[in-house]
Amino acid sequence: MSERSLRGKAAITGIGETTYYKHGASPHSEFKLALQAVVAACADAGISPDEVDGFASYGDDRSDAGHLAAALGIRELKFSNMFWGGGGGGVCGAIGNAAAAVATGMADCVVAFRSLAQGQYRRYGRSGAAAVLAGDDSFVIPYGVMSPAQRFAMKVTRFMHEHGIKQDALRAISLACYHHAQNNPNAVMHGRPLDAEKYDTSRWIVEPFFHLYDCCQENDGAAAVIVMSAERARDLKHKPAYILACAQGCDTRSAAPVHNMPNYASSHFGQLAPRLYQMAKLGPADMGIVQCYENFTGGVLMSLVEHGLVKTEEANEVLVKDNLIAPNGRIPLNTSGGNLAECYMHGLELVHESVRQIRGVAINQTHQNDVALIMGGPMVTPVSSLILGSESAL
Amino acid sequence: MSSTYLPEGLPQPGTGPDGLAEPYWAGTREGKLRIQRCSACQSWQWGPEWICHRCHSFEMAWVDIVGRGHIYSYERPHHPVHAALHGHGPYLVVLVELPDYGRVRMIGNLLGDPRQAVVIGAAVEAVFEPHDNSDPPYTLVQWRLVSGHTDA
Repeated sequence: MSERSLRGKAAITGIGETTYYKHGASPHSEFKLALQAVVAACADAGISPDEVDGFASYGDDRSDAGHLAAALGIRELKFSNMFWGGGGGGVCGAIGNAAAAVATGMADCVVAFRSLAQGQYRRYGRSGAAAVLAGDDSFVIPYGVMSPAQRFAMKVTRFMHEHGIKQDALRAISLACYHHAQNNPNAVMHGRPLDAEKYDTSRWIVEPFFHLYDCCQENDGAAAVIVMSAERARDLKHKPAYILACAQGCDTRSAAPVHNMPNYASSHFGQLAPRLYQMAKLGPADMGIVQCYENFTGGVLMSLVEHGLVKTEEANEVLVKDNLIAPNGRIPLNTSGGNLAECYMHGLELVHESVRQIRGVAINQTHQNDVALIMGGPMVTPVSSLILGSESAL
Repeated sequence: MSSTYLPEGLPQPGTGPDGLAEPYWAGTREGKLRIQRCSACQSWQWGPEWICHRCHSFEMAWVDIVGRGHIYSYERPHHPVHAALHGHGPYLVVLVELPDYGRVRMIGNLLGDPRQAVVIGAAVEAVFEPHDNSDPPYTLVQWRLVSGHTDA
């Protein structure tokens, strides 16, 4: 029996994104943004949109596969897939699902995408709760635990308490993201630099660890990637970004109600990361490019720890800005600005940036660019992670 | 002075169409704190589920407990995300671990000064907060410090 693995069987051949907007600033409808991103990704890959035969998304995307296929004149839709769960937990999983469809022959050219116009629909940072609640919500929302920041802050408080990690570590993550965005004209926070004083004096969203600059933006935009077989990818115009591994899921009972998950102070990657590295046949030290979904900087910290990139006892020393910035940092993190400073494109902008790094055309290009690690949606359930690599990493 | 920790107008608890949590909310109206315990393996479980996650029995009983525990984690939200909280200022939320009941955890507000320093491990006890004027009426469970006790 052949090895059961995705490693090297599919690749990202094209990336496309819309202009990224502050929430409410998009002149285009959410569905039109999705179409723009798909068309741009196809152009980048050098294929016609009617060659697409599958769609994979996450986060309950409203742009459904059937409607997209009709609008684009797709000849035959062979694969449509939605990754369960809110937030960006599915960003890497959607690409893994697209790759699995290609690797198993269910489809040949699958678009993994996300379209999100928070200005046209509900903003994540506002309560959308009904007047009368049901289920788990009844045990948290009446106490003022409503927004994602409020739902996740106590996990971070506990993690910092257990390991003695200071706010400065979180500040370094934020500073690195904003630093990278200043070179990126596509970043919403381009031209809006952040320094330590501005971070320290920013208002609290949730004490004791969530300043304003620890929290992601709310944006409008869309992004898409084209996933095709490794064989076809080699004939296209860009260097393929091969999928070396994808892993997704939940740790033991990480979705237990009313904050009763056994491993509470966690981003929920602890059981996933070993599977990821095993499939990639690589380890944490091989990850030259590191992209981590920032809903909140505390989630990034826990993700870095659970993927073996930082030890808790070293976190206060290692997580300083100089270690996190390209080109020379020890862990070049979110090199286009990420959710904090480029765009909250539900993490898909992190995948785009990884592909640009592997192609060698990133604005903040790293030196070791053969392997990229992307971590999606810390603290939500399920979460997912992805390792991409160049031809030399196969 | 308001009789409730947070202002009126926030979403109110309900049991939903499945009624799973109905015994809990009926209990708080009577000043009783009750959680689930598996009738087969005697494991405590919270929040409510239809099945025991340890032994897969569907025989989940509701058992009255003593509302004593310690602060496992906390947060102090400042930014209001609901209209009822605009202009209200920060408030405290605690995650309370109940060591006598399988270390299950419950969420509530920590009564008292919302700007007080909070110590993880501090002992707390449950306080019932009735909302009698709501339709239908309901009672939340809040927490207050028990002076002089700090656990791990």
